Amino acid sequence: MSTTMSESGIAVRQRARRMVLLQRTLGQMALYVLVAAVSVLFLFPWLWLISTSLKSPEQIIAVPPQLLPNPVMWINYYYGVTFVDFPRYMLNTLIIATSVMLARIVSCTLVAYALSIVDWPGKPILFALVLATMMLPGQVTLIPLFIIYSRLGWVNTFLPLTLPALFGDAFFIFLMRQFFVTIPRDLVDAARMDGASHFDIYLRVVMPLARPALATLVAFTFIWTYNDFMGPLIYLKDRDLWTLSLGMQGFTQRYGAGGTALGAMMAAATLYTLPMIVLFLAAQKTFIRGIVTTGLK
Amino acid sequence: MATSVEVSPILRRPRWSKRAQREFIAGLLFSAPWLIGLVVFIGYPMITTLYYSFTRYEIPLEPRWIGWKNYVDLFTGDRFFPKVLYNSAFLTFIGIPAQLVFALLCALLLNLKIRGQVIWRTIYVLPTLMPPVALALLWRWILNPELGLVNNALKAIGITGPLWFASPLWSKPSIIIMQMWAVGAMTIIYLAALQGVPQELYEAAEIDGASKTQQFWSITLPLISPVTLFQLITGVIWSLQFFTEAYIIGGAGTSPGAPEGSLLFYGLYLYVQAFQYLNMGYAAAMAWILFAITALVTWLLLRVSRRWTSYDLV
Repeated sequence: MSTTMSESGIAVRQRARRMVLLQRTLGQMALYVLVAAVSVLFLFPWLWLISTSLKSPEQIIAVPPQLLPNPVMWINYYYGVTFVDFPRYMLNTLIIATSVMLARIVSCTLVAYALSIVDWPGKPILFALVLATMMLPGQVTLIPLFIIYSRLGWVNTFLPLTLPALFGDAFFIFLMRQFFVTIPRDLVDAARMDGASHFDIYLRVVMPLARPALATLVAFTFIWTYNDFMGPLIYLKDRDLWTLSLGMQGFTQRYGAGGTALGAMMAAATLYTLPMIVLFLAAQKTFIRGIVTTGLK
Repeated sequence: MATSVEVSPILRRPRWSKRAQREFIAGLLFSAPWLIGLVVFIGYPMITTLYYSFTRYEIPLEPRWIGWKNYVDLFTGDRFFPKVLYNSAFLTFIGIPAQLVFALLCALLLNLKIRGQVIWRTIYVLPTLMPPVALALLWRWILNPELGLVNNALKAIGITGPLWFASPLWSKPSIIIMQMWAVGAMTIIYLAALQGVPQELYEAAEIDGASKTQQFWSITLPLISPVTLFQLITGVIWSLQFFTEAYIIGGAGTSPGAPEGSLLFYGLYLYVQAFQYLNMGYAAAMAWILFAITALVTWLLLRVSRRWTSYDLV
């Protein structure tokens, strides 16, 4: 009797354990299904973008729409970069983005150094000002700046888009400052003892250590300049000076929104997005850290 | 008299040591770029904008002082302005919370113990990398009433889809749906916050017999509330200035923010007034109102948040 009791007890316990295990596996599977379902939602627009970019005009207007292009129209990519002057827009975008990047690497780190390493009474006031201006909507300064640039004859040049970067940017000053304050004080003090000037310390101690933060600055300056639409829209009237964001908009102006040139437009949109994807995949850590410390938008 | 003046520099102990003086000069020199920038690119333009806002200024004519007229006109004589405020409020009060909730759900999914996390994360984040202009062009095509992906999918299950961007009623929800696809940045920030919640708290709650749902409401949500606040503030600031997608989809020509001005958001209307009608004074008044709203909303959020944000345990 007692043996059968304990045996059935074991059986019950085993069955219960199996149930728990089964539940857990089912739960896990449900999770995977859920995660995958959301992934499909995220992936589908990409599929639609690339598939449209490879479709013939007839297939684009087919109802019901077909998922995969047939025939595959690679020529859309040729149209995409020739209907509008894509290479030139890319070059203009890169010139602007690189100038802004280089200017900010210098200006923002210098100011961040004054806000972290240098011991001077202006620090708290200046830091408060940096924080306050981070919130400032660009529209509040836009109109007088536009008028000044017009008077200087700088409309239709890259200067209004690049020159302000020489004078720092509250957001990136804040970013660099947050990194600089984590640099061990001993390193700076030791260099001071050896008679190094602040500029030496900035150049030889702080900057080499700041590489991860600089990577974030570079990546995000690039993204924001690459994506910027309002700046170029206001300042670059001449087609030859357009950036990619304006060039893409030019597509809709010249070829309409839903016309047969949609394949070419989607091809151009794909090419326009591609550098962002490549950069992200190549430097995921920098991007993720950057998003977390700054918030992307 | 004269002697005492001459003597005093020697008698007076220097207020600052040599070192402090050097530090002060270094501080000034290093921050010089931004100090100049603060005056030239922020201080001067802000004050000038304020001045312009009290003038009638249609470039290339000179500005002419008209007092509060621009402000009065905006609130009483402009048939677009109430609509503009409504549109931006819609995007702020419905769009941002919707994005936050969706981002948090995505982050919770990504935070589960599942295999291939990096791949899932990449899939969830990629849309955020699409430039706004491309995003707008793609979604206008996806939500195309006749040929678009969504309405054809709806048709397959027997639903007649709305006109999306072409309908005054659906255009703003369409914008919000589009932004929710590109919610990856918010998701990543939430994911980092979730990973920062100490694991011991969940273990302790588990021992006390708290369910997963209880754990979420009483541990996770309070502990990530500072991040929610941060995202709320940056989200609101972003939505008040929302421009690019509205310009691409709604247009700025003769009927800006089409259809029926339903996409005429604050940033777009300001652009139209300034750079299409060249009403610089009027646009300047709009800019200062925008600034005031931004400051007010930020201040309110920070104040209200004291009640529900917890900084104690993070």
